[in-house]
Amino acid sequence: MDININNRKTSITSTNLQELAQEMSLPEKGVAVAINNQMIPRTEWADTPIADGADIVIIKAACGG
Amino acid sequence: MELTPTQKKRYNRHLILDGFGKEGQQRLLQSKVLIVGAGGLGSPVSLYLAAAGVGTIGLVDGDQVSLTNLQRQVIHTTPDVGRPKVDSAEEKLKAINPDINIVKHEIYLSEDNALDIIHPYDFVIDGTDNFATKYLVNDACVMLGKSFCMGGINRYAGQVMTHRPGTACYRCLFPEPPAISEVETCAMVGVLGSIAGMLGTVQATEAIKCLIGVGEPLFNALLTFDALTMNWQRFEFPKNEGCALCGKHPTITRLKEYAFQPCSKKK
Repeated sequence: MDININNRKTSITSTNLQELAQEMSLPEKGVAVAINNQMIPRTEWADTPIADGADIVIIKAACGG
Repeated sequence: MELTPTQKKRYNRHLILDGFGKEGQQRLLQSKVLIVGAGGLGSPVSLYLAAAGVGTIGLVDGDQVSLTNLQRQVIHTTPDVGRPKVDSAEEKLKAINPDINIVKHEIYLSEDNALDIIHPYDFVIDGTDNFATKYLVNDACVMLGKSFCMGGINRYAGQVMTHRPGTACYRCLFPEPPAISEVETCAMVGVLGSIAGMLGTVQATEAIKCLIGVGEPLFNALLTFDALTMNWQRFEFPKNEGCALCGKHPTITRLKEYAFQPCSKKK
Protein backbone atom coordinates (compact mmCIF):
# COMPACT_ATOMS: atom_id res chain seq x y z
CA MET A 1 0.00 0.00 0.00
CA ASP A 2 1.03 3.59 -0.46
CA ILE A 3 1.55 5.90 2.50
CA ASN A 4 3.44 9.13 3.12
CA ILE A 5 6.57 8.84 5.20
CA ASN A 6 8.12 12.17 6.11
CA ASN A 7 6.19 13.78 3.24
CA ARG A 8 7.43 11.25 0.69
CA LYS A 9 5.09 8.79 -0.98
CA THR A 10 6.31 5.30 -0.09
CA SER A 11 5.08 1.81 -0.92
CA ILE A 12 5.14 -0.55 2.04
CA THR A 13 4.11 -4.12 2.78
CA SER A 14 3.73 -3.62 6.57
CA THR A 15 0.25 -3.50 8.07
CA ASN A 16 1.15 -2.12 11.49
CA LEU A 17 3.80 0.19 12.94
CA GLN A 18 5.87 -2.58 14.46
CA GLU A 19 6.25 -4.24 11.06
CA LEU A 20 7.00 -0.88 9.48
CA ALA A 21 9.79 -0.25 12.01
CA GLN A 22 11.33 -3.56 10.94
CA GLU A 23 10.76 -2.88 7.24
CA MET A 24 12.47 0.52 7.61
CA SER A 25 15.19 -0.89 9.91
CA LEU A 26 14.50 1.79 12.54
CA PRO A 27 16.86 1.72 15.52
CA GLU A 28 15.45 0.52 18.81
CA LYS A 29 16.05 3.76 20.67
CA GLY A 30 15.87 7.47 19.94
CA VAL A 31 13.12 7.31 17.33
CA ALA A 32 9.49 8.43 17.62
CA VAL A 33 6.73 7.79 15.12
CA ALA A 34 3.60 9.86 14.52
CA ILE A 35 0.53 8.97 12.49
CA ASN A 36 -1.57 11.93 11.41
CA ASN A 37 0.29 14.24 13.84
CA GLN A 38 -0.30 11.97 16.85
CA MET A 39 2.76 10.35 18.42
CA ILE A 40 2.40 6.62 18.98
CA PRO A 41 4.40 5.16 21.91
CA ARG A 42 6.63 2.27 20.92
CA THR A 43 4.69 -0.04 23.23
CA GLU A 44 1.61 0.48 21.01
CA TRP A 45 3.32 0.02 17.65
CA ALA A 46 2.29 -3.63 17.26
CA ASP A 47 -1.36 -2.70 17.89
CA THR A 48 -1.39 0.29 15.59
CA PRO A 49 -2.61 -0.60 12.09
CA ILE A 50 -1.52 1.49 9.11
CA ALA A 51 -4.25 2.64 6.76
CA ASP A 52 -3.73 3.26 3.06
CA GLY A 53 -2.65 6.89 2.53
CA ALA A 54 -1.62 7.39 6.16
CA ASP A 55 0.69 10.28 6.96
CA ILE A 56 3.55 8.89 8.97
CA VAL A 57 6.39 10.94 10.38
CA ILE A 58 9.52 9.35 11.76
CA ILE A 59 11.42 11.64 14.11
CA LYS A 60 14.94 10.98 15.31
CA ALA A 61 15.95 12.62 18.57
CA ALA A 62 18.36 15.50 17.82
CA CYS A 63 21.08 16.23 20.33
CA GLY A 64 22.77 19.33 18.93
CA GLY A 65 22.69 22.62 20.73
CA MET B 1 7.81 45.95 43.27
CA GLU B 2 7.05 49.09 41.27
CA LEU B 3 8.75 49.61 37.93
CA THR B 4 11.18 52.53 37.85
CA PRO B 5 10.76 55.23 35.17
CA THR B 6 13.70 53.69 33.28
CA GLN B 7 12.12 50.25 33.42
CA LYS B 8 8.81 51.66 32.20
CA LYS B 9 10.65 52.95 29.16
CA ARG B 10 12.84 49.90 28.61
CA TYR B 11 9.94 47.46 28.77
CA ASN B 12 7.35 49.73 27.13
CA ARG B 13 6.58 47.31 24.28
CA HIS B 14 5.82 44.58 26.81
CA LEU B 15 3.80 46.91 29.03
CA ILE B 16 1.45 47.85 26.19
CA LEU B 17 1.20 44.26 24.93
CA ASP B 18 -2.17 42.56 25.45
CA GLY B 19 -1.84 39.73 27.95
CA PHE B 20 1.59 40.94 29.15
CA GLY B 21 1.43 44.35 30.82
CA LYS B 22 2.89 45.50 34.10
CA GLU B 23 2.05 42.26 35.91
CA GLY B 24 3.79 40.15 33.29
CA GLN B 25 6.88 42.36 33.36
CA GLN B 26 7.02 42.31 37.14
CA ARG B 27 6.77 38.55 37.07
CA LEU B 28 9.66 38.31 34.58
CA LEU B 29 11.80 40.63 36.67
CA GLN B 30 11.28 38.34 39.66
CA SER B 31 11.90 35.13 37.68
CA LYS B 32 14.97 32.94 37.68
CA VAL B 33 15.84 30.99 34.56
CA LEU B 34 18.72 28.54 34.26
CA ILE B 35 20.24 28.05 30.82
CA VAL B 36 22.25 24.84 30.50
CA GLY B 37 24.77 25.35 27.72
CA ALA B 38 25.95 28.80 26.57
CA GLY B 39 26.34 27.67 22.96
CA GLY B 40 24.20 27.63 19.83
CA LEU B 41 20.83 27.54 21.60
CA GLY B 42 21.99 29.22 24.80
CA SER B 43 23.15 32.28 22.84
CA PRO B 44 19.78 33.41 21.44
CA VAL B 45 17.90 32.21 24.52
CA SER B 46 20.06 34.21 26.90
CA LEU B 47 20.16 37.31 24.68
CA TYR B 48 16.37 37.46 24.42
CA LEU B 49 15.69 36.59 28.04
CA ALA B 50 18.14 39.25 29.18
CA ALA B 51 16.55 41.82 26.89
CA ALA B 52 13.10 40.80 28.11
CA GLY B 53 14.09 41.46 31.71
CA VAL B 54 14.20 38.01 33.25
CA GLY B 55 15.54 39.04 36.66
CA THR B 56 18.03 36.25 37.23
CA ILE B 57 19.69 34.26 34.47
CA GLY B 58 21.90 31.34 35.43
CA LEU B 59 24.39 30.05 32.88
CA VAL B 60 25.91 26.57 33.14
CA ASP B 61 28.85 25.81 30.87
CA GLY B 62 32.34 24.56 31.62
CA ASP B 63 33.60 25.19 28.10
CA GLN B 64 35.71 27.93 26.54
CA VAL B 65 34.88 29.77 23.34
CA SER B 66 36.52 28.23 20.29
CA LEU B 67 36.73 29.41 16.69
CA THR B 68 34.32 26.71 15.44
CA ASN B 69 31.66 28.00 17.87
CA LEU B 70 31.40 31.41 16.23
CA GLN B 71 29.46 30.19 13.16
CA ARG B 72 26.33 29.88 15.33
CA GLN B 73 27.01 30.86 18.95
CA VAL B 74 26.24 34.53 18.37
CA ILE B 75 26.73 35.73 21.94
CA HIS B 76 30.47 35.10 21.57
CA THR B 77 32.78 37.18 19.39
CA THR B 78 36.18 36.64 17.80
CA PRO B 79 38.13 38.31 20.62
CA ASP B 80 36.38 35.95 23.07
CA VAL B 81 38.11 32.84 21.70
CA GLY B 82 39.74 31.04 24.63
CA ARG B 83 37.61 32.76 27.30
CA PRO B 84 35.17 30.81 29.46
CA LYS B 85 31.79 30.89 27.74
CA VAL B 86 30.03 32.00 30.91
CA ASP B 87 32.32 35.07 31.18
CA SER B 88 31.89 35.99 27.53
CA ALA B 89 28.10 35.59 27.76
CA GLU B 90 27.81 37.49 31.03
CA GLU B 91 29.54 40.52 29.54
CA LYS B 92 27.11 40.74 26.59
CA LEU B 93 24.03 40.11 28.71
CA LYS B 94 24.96 42.80 31.22
CA ALA B 95 25.59 45.26 28.39
CA ILE B 96 22.12 44.52 27.00
CA ASN B 97 20.39 44.87 30.34
CA PRO B 98 22.08 46.06 33.55
CA ASP B 99 18.80 45.36 35.43
CA ILE B 100 19.39 41.65 35.54
CA ASN B 101 21.45 39.40 37.72
CA ILE B 102 23.71 36.82 36.02
CA VAL B 103 24.76 33.73 37.95
CA LYS B 104 27.70 31.90 36.40
CA HIS B 105 28.18 28.17 36.88
CA GLU B 106 31.49 27.50 35.14
CA ILE B 107 31.14 23.75 35.26
CA TYR B 108 29.49 20.96 33.28
CA LEU B 109 26.17 19.78 34.63
CA SER B 110 26.62 16.30 36.12
CA GLU B 111 24.68 13.84 38.21
CA ASP B 112 26.60 15.15 41.23
CA ASN B 113 25.72 18.83 40.87
CA ALA B 114 22.49 18.93 38.78
CA LEU B 115 19.94 18.94 41.60
CA ASP B 116 21.77 21.62 43.58
CA ILE B 117 22.34 23.85 40.57
CA ILE B 118 18.78 23.59 39.21
CA HIS B 119 16.99 23.81 42.55
CA PRO B 120 16.80 27.63 42.98
CA TYR B 121 15.43 28.30 39.50
CA ASP B 122 11.84 28.67 38.22
CA PHE B 123 12.46 27.46 34.68
CA VAL B 124 15.25 25.60 32.90
CA ILE B 125 16.37 25.80 29.28
CA ASP B 126 18.21 22.84 27.83
CA GLY B 127 20.66 24.10 25.24
CA THR B 128 23.14 21.24 25.55
CA ASP B 129 24.87 19.46 22.72
CA ASN B 130 24.71 15.84 23.87
CA PHE B 131 22.11 13.26 24.89
CA ALA B 132 23.69 12.49 28.25
CA THR B 133 23.14 16.03 29.50
CA LYS B 134 19.68 16.31 27.88
CA TYR B 135 18.51 13.25 29.82
CA LEU B 136 20.19 14.58 32.93
CA VAL B 137 18.34 17.92 32.61
CA ASN B 138 15.07 16.09 31.96
CA ASP B 139 15.47 13.69 34.88
CA ALA B 140 16.67 16.30 37.37
CA CYS B 141 13.88 18.74 36.44
CA VAL B 142 11.18 16.07 36.74
CA MET B 143 12.56 14.98 40.12
CA LEU B 144 12.60 18.59 41.35
CA GLY B 145 9.22 19.46 39.84
CA LYS B 146 10.72 22.16 37.58
CA SER B 147 9.39 23.34 34.24
CA PHE B 148 11.78 23.26 31.31
CA CYS B 149 12.09 23.61 27.56
CA MET B 150 14.20 21.05 25.73
CA GLY B 151 15.65 21.77 22.29
CA GLY B 152 17.75 19.85 19.80
CA ILE B 153 19.20 20.73 16.40
CA ASN B 154 21.30 19.05 13.78
CA ARG B 155 21.94 19.49 10.05
CA TYR B 156 18.99 21.63 8.88
CA ALA B 157 16.39 20.52 11.41
CA GLY B 158 15.27 21.23 14.95
CA GLN B 159 12.85 19.98 17.58
CA VAL B 160 11.56 21.45 20.81
CA MET B 161 9.20 20.54 23.65
CA THR B 162 8.17 22.16 26.93
CA HIS B 163 7.41 20.45 30.22
CA ARG B 164 5.73 21.48 33.42
CA PRO B 165 5.03 19.12 36.30
CA GLY B 166 2.27 16.71 35.30
CA THR B 167 2.86 16.90 31.55
CA ALA B 168 4.88 14.56 29.34
CA CYS B 169 8.65 14.54 29.80
CA TYR B 170 11.38 13.89 27.24
CA ARG B 171 11.48 10.22 28.25
CA CYS B 172 7.75 9.88 27.50
CA LEU B 173 8.72 10.54 23.88
CA PHE B 174 12.21 9.07 23.73
CA PRO B 175 12.46 6.61 26.67
CA GLU B 176 16.21 6.17 26.21
CA PRO B 177 18.95 7.91 24.24
CA PRO B 178 19.89 6.35 20.90
CA ALA B 179 22.70 3.83 20.79
CA ILE B 180 26.06 5.58 20.51
CA SER B 181 26.51 4.26 16.97
CA GLU B 182 23.29 6.04 15.93
CA VAL B 183 24.13 9.42 17.45
CA GLU B 184 24.87 12.25 15.08
CA THR B 185 26.45 15.22 16.82
CA CYS B 186 26.81 18.63 15.19
CA ALA B 187 30.56 18.07 15.17
CA MET B 188 29.99 14.97 13.03
CA VAL B 189 27.26 16.01 10.60
CA GLY B 190 27.27 19.79 10.83
CA VAL B 191 24.50 22.25 11.58
CA LEU B 192 23.22 25.30 9.77
CA GLY B 193 24.16 28.13 12.14
CA SER B 194 20.98 30.13 11.70
CA ILE B 195 18.73 27.30 12.89
CA ALA B 196 20.20 27.70 16.36
CA GLY B 197 18.52 31.09 16.26
CA MET B 198 15.25 29.63 14.95
CA LEU B 199 15.05 27.08 17.72
CA GLY B 200 16.58 29.20 20.50
CA THR B 201 14.05 31.98 20.00
CA VAL B 202 11.26 29.38 20.27
CA GLN B 203 12.75 28.26 23.58
CA ALA B 204 13.04 31.84 24.86
CA THR B 205 9.41 32.44 23.87
CA GLU B 206 8.28 29.27 25.62
CA ALA B 207 10.11 30.32 28.80
CA ILE B 208 8.47 33.76 28.77
CA LYS B 209 5.02 32.24 28.10
CA CYS B 210 5.41 29.85 31.03
CA LEU B 211 6.76 32.53 33.38
CA ILE B 212 4.02 35.07 32.75
CA GLY B 213 1.29 32.49 32.15
CA VAL B 214 0.15 33.35 28.65
CA GLY B 215 -0.77 31.19 25.66
CA GLU B 216 -0.32 27.48 25.15
CA PRO B 217 3.26 26.30 25.63
CA LEU B 218 4.43 23.10 23.94
CA PHE B 219 3.18 20.87 26.75
CA ASN B 220 2.54 17.29 25.60
CA ALA B 221 3.77 18.34 22.18
CA LEU B 222 6.89 18.29 20.04
CA LEU B 223 7.43 21.07 17.53
CA THR B 224 9.74 20.19 14.67
CA PHE B 225 11.01 22.13 11.71
CA ASP B 226 12.94 21.38 8.58
CA ALA B 227 14.70 24.52 7.40
CA LEU B 228 15.13 23.17 3.86
CA THR B 229 11.39 22.99 3.22
CA MET B 230 10.48 25.38 6.06
CA ASN B 231 7.90 22.86 7.22
CA TRP B 232 6.98 23.34 10.88
CA GLN B 233 4.91 20.57 12.46
CA ARG B 234 3.43 20.17 15.91
CA PHE B 235 2.94 16.62 17.15
CA GLU B 236 0.81 15.85 20.16
CA PHE B 237 1.89 13.15 22.59
CA PRO B 238 0.36 12.36 25.97
CA LYS B 239 2.23 11.71 29.17
CA ASN B 240 3.26 8.06 29.03
CA GLU B 241 1.88 6.25 32.08
CA GLY B 242 4.56 3.60 31.51
CA CYS B 243 7.39 6.20 31.54
CA ALA B 244 10.33 4.97 33.63
CA LEU B 245 10.75 8.48 35.10
CA CYS B 246 7.32 10.12 35.41
CA GLY B 247 4.91 7.18 34.88
CA LYS B 248 2.83 5.33 37.41
CA HIS B 249 5.60 2.98 38.50
CA PRO B 250 8.88 4.84 37.96
CA THR B 251 12.10 2.86 37.93
CA ILE B 252 14.35 5.92 37.64
CA THR B 253 14.25 7.44 41.11
CA ARG B 254 17.70 8.96 41.39
CA LEU B 255 20.19 10.49 38.96
CA LYS B 256 22.45 7.82 37.60
CA GLU B 257 25.54 7.75 35.45
CA TYR B 258 24.97 9.74 32.29
CA ALA B 259 28.40 9.05 30.92
CA PHE B 260 28.97 12.40 29.27
CA GLN B 261 32.64 13.09 28.70
CA PRO B 262 33.26 16.56 27.33
CA CYS B 263 35.23 15.94 24.16
CA SER B 264 37.41 18.40 22.35
CA LYS B 265 36.04 17.23 19.00
CA LYS B 266 32.67 18.88 19.54
CA LYS B 267 34.25 22.32 19.69
